[in-house]
Amino acid sequence: MTSNPWVRPYVLTGGRTQTNHQLYVHTLVSSSHFDARAASKLTPESRRLYDRVRLGPQSVAELSAHCGISLGVTRVLLEDLASTEHLQINEGAYESPFDHRLLKRVIDGLSELG
Amino acid sequence: MAFPSSADRQALTVTSAKLVIAGGFGVGKSTMVASVSEIPPVNTEAWMTQAGESVDPLSDSSAKTTTTVAMDFGRVTLAPDLLLYLFGTPGQPRFWPMWDDLCRGASGAVVLVDTRQLDASFPAINYFENDSDVPFVVAVNLFDGKLTHSLEKVRDALCLDERTPLVTVDARDRRSTAKTLVACLAHTMKTTPTRA
Ligand SMILES: Nc1nc2c(ncn2[C@@H]2O[C@H](COP(=O)(O)OP(=O)(O)O)[C@@H](O)[C@H]2O)c(=O)[nH]1
Ligand SMILES: [Mg+2]
Repeated sequence: MTSNPWVRPYVLTGGRTQTNHQLYVHTLVSSSHFDARAASKLTPESRRLYDRVRLGPQSVAELSAHCGISLGVTRVLLEDLASTEHLQINEGAYESPFDHRLLKRVIDGLSELG
Repeated sequence: MAFPSSADRQALTVTSAKLVIAGGFGVGKSTMVASVSEIPPVNTEAWMTQAGESVDPLSDSSAKTTTTVAMDFGRVTLAPDLLLYLFGTPGQPRFWPMWDDLCRGASGAVVLVDTRQLDASFPAINYFENDSDVPFVVAVNLFDGKLTHSLEKVRDALCLDERTPLVTVDARDRRSTAKTLVACLAHTMKTTPTRA
């Protein structure tokens, strides 16, 4: 248990360990507008995440790395920020990572990279 | 940084997909991720150290081990509404609980091998054969630009199932990396139902 560094500290998350959304490391988070007053009321960690999302849709992993907040805590804080409508968690257009429409789009995009 | 503009943000629901790059230490995972990524390598050491500190601040061994972790991730914008993320797996066995987390929701995995140290990638192959539902391909990283052993010999030495594709890649080359990722996704298409 303690060998898993993705465990979230109790204090920052109010003891919660479960998240409602399926927050993969690559799940995208975005915001439609920035509310400076709302931002000023956030805890420092949540504020860093909220500020960072202004740059554009980003993955949970990017937010965690850039804000210097562990992945587990990042997940819980993002969930909170989504429930208070500071941020949107993007569920993505496809239900499965194996949806052939998604796979085809990624293949086409990668083929154009060459 | 190439974030979608705010106008795009309003209008589009951006979708992300993920591929995992696995394999032993030194086989070229970081190189492969960097060859196609549009973002500079993110300092995930800080990320892991921070995470480690939060777990067990009393044991300095936990802090020490986390500083040696290197896990890469990269991002490729394929369309204004489609991002591909690449995650390199951390190699050390003690971080294997993370593999499950990294692999959850992945569209495929590439296990990189170096023919000079094939055994370095055995654990990764075992993982995808036995412990994961993520379809995978194996890619021989051509360190010297040429294949030193026939693919057949490599397949034998790896005891690789004949249904698992085995390809070659130059991990430093963007085009070659992209081709390998395409092979990986094509394999996923072949091995999953149309509307999985
Ligand atoms: N000549 C050559 N060197 C490579 C190639 N791929 C990786 N390397 C080098 O091999 C070393 C290990 O690669 P790295 O990507 O760090 O491996 P990782 O431990 O799997 O992330 C680095 O010094 C790379 O520059 C390749 O295709 N050809
Ligand atoms: Mg590396």
